[in-house]
Amino acid sequence: MRYRTRILIDKLFKGIFKTTGFLVLALLGGIFAMLVYNSVSFFLDIKPLDFITGMEWAPTAKVPKYGMLPLIISTTFVTLGAMIIAIPLGIGTAAFISEYAGKRLKNILKPAIEMLAAIPSVVIGFLGIVVVSPGIANMADLPNGLNALNGAILLAIMALPTIITVAEDAIHAVPNAYKEASYGVGATKWQTLRKVIIPAAAPGIIAAVMLGVGRAIGETMTVLMATGNASLIPSGMFDSVKTMTATIAIEMGEVPYQTTHYYALYAIATVLFFMTLFANLVGEFFINRFRKYHAV
Amino acid sequence: MQYKTNKLSSVIEWGTLLSTTLIVCFFLIVIIWEIVSKGASSLSWEFISKVPSEGMTKGGILTPIIGTVLLTLITALFAIPFGVCCAIYLNEYAENNWLTRTIRAAIRNLSGVPSIIYGLFGLALFVQALQFGTSLIAAGLTLGLLSLPYIITTTEEALKRIPNSTREAALAVGATKFETIKDVVLPSAMSGILTGVVLTLSRAAGETAPILFTGAAFYINGSTGYINQEFMALPYHLYMLSTQHQSIDQVRPIAYGTALVLVIVVFLLNLTAFYIRYKYRKNEN
Repeated sequence: MRYRTRILIDKLFKGIFKTTGFLVLALLGGIFAMLVYNSVSFFLDIKPLDFITGMEWAPTAKVPKYGMLPLIISTTFVTLGAMIIAIPLGIGTAAFISEYAGKRLKNILKPAIEMLAAIPSVVIGFLGIVVVSPGIANMADLPNGLNALNGAILLAIMALPTIITVAEDAIHAVPNAYKEASYGVGATKWQTLRKVIIPAAAPGIIAAVMLGVGRAIGETMTVLMATGNASLIPSGMFDSVKTMTATIAIEMGEVPYQTTHYYALYAIATVLFFMTLFANLVGEFFINRFRKYHAV
Repeated sequence: MQYKTNKLSSVIEWGTLLSTTLIVCFFLIVIIWEIVSKGASSLSWEFISKVPSEGMTKGGILTPIIGTVLLTLITALFAIPFGVCCAIYLNEYAENNWLTRTIRAAIRNLSGVPSIIYGLFGLALFVQALQFGTSLIAAGLTLGLLSLPYIITTTEEALKRIPNSTREAALAVGATKFETIKDVVLPSAMSGILTGVVLTLSRAAGETAPILFTGAAFYINGSTGYINQEFMALPYHLYMLSTQHQSIDQVRPIAYGTALVLVIVVFLLNLTAFYIRYKYRKNEN
């Protein structure tokens, strides 16, 4: 090939590669613009304060009510429940894999965690209906087990692989010198783990938890299938809840385009976007701190 | 404290950590056991080769299987070239300036955006703005957007593993930068890229939320596979059979069978990825 054609092709592809880089920026910008545009259309009808603090979500009632507080509380409720289950299990498992398991056990456990991560959310939601729900109904003597507790258990399962993987990386990255110093002054393995390794890995572990939270808040199918979807403010884990994601999933299929209700769902999505963004940014902040700390 | 009590407590402590690990494994075992033991009886050649019939209470799941295969194909055709090109730009061309850092931050953000929001974006962009309607192509492109950040990240990691001396050798014998990438860098990074691509596609194949409003249909009679029409997909079929169908108890065996097929598809894709990675590591050593 002639030299000039080769140079031309080289330049052309450099342009193509660069364009795709900018298109990624455009994608995030596009998602953001879509959320803002539709939310603004909604806030022309409904005051933002009424939306955030309203106690009732009844968009199809005669006098429609667009208060998203029940949805926010439901999402928080289910996510908190999931974290109460997933944090001890996740950190315990991460510590076990990193510090106690031998090489052969590690080679079984790590793929097992990856398998758990690979199971589609709709399958976990299905198991919420056929396994967890009857289980809860039996134990608590309820007509059915589609409630916040069910959603929390399923979300814990969904968040566990993220928490375990990131926390395990953090614990694994603690320099051996720390451990050796601790053993050197006579500390046991457990004391070393609790007083030296976990504190040294703390930023990484916090990051793991925050990434798990981000995953749980944004998860749709499991909560949609397993929490019963009653849009009331829940008073306990045995109450049925309707999270923000589930509300969008259920109602978007039914509303006519470009009505207040339609825009309201985009407004919920905007709040959801910022909640997950916040969780992920906090997670990222701690990951960076952890890296800096151990680079020194 | 005495040494003996120390020894006893260390066993207890070890047991505590072991039990958390066992609980996590228990979750996995229960999931797989429930799906396999109850789904295996509905699994047969008829089940995967026949279309649903009699209000989906009889017949197989051929239509959703075709839908999921085509959907994943569109996702791959869109996301792989796009994602790989972007990763090449970031790893081979981009300088470390504010623009590059912004693009990287955007990618990290995109991977944290909930899948339902991608669904809304697909609805606003492909279904409404670009007038594709609720269709296979709209849903495939939506899943493609969702897959992008993962493909970019894994591809970039694969490119990073290629030592700079490889590139320098190609440049030194007179190859242009593009020729270096096309003939030297990409072939050496191929298995790493493939691993990431296959894992991403297995995730996309199991996604439900993004296709809810962009084209997945409750039931399609007759021919399927037109990219401008609605389609049935395995994950949506499972969702629908277990929550929306009018006789949920009657279709439960089909739901179990669908769940089993879906899990098998996802695990097979994952195994493929592990196999590629395993072979790659072996060659490297």
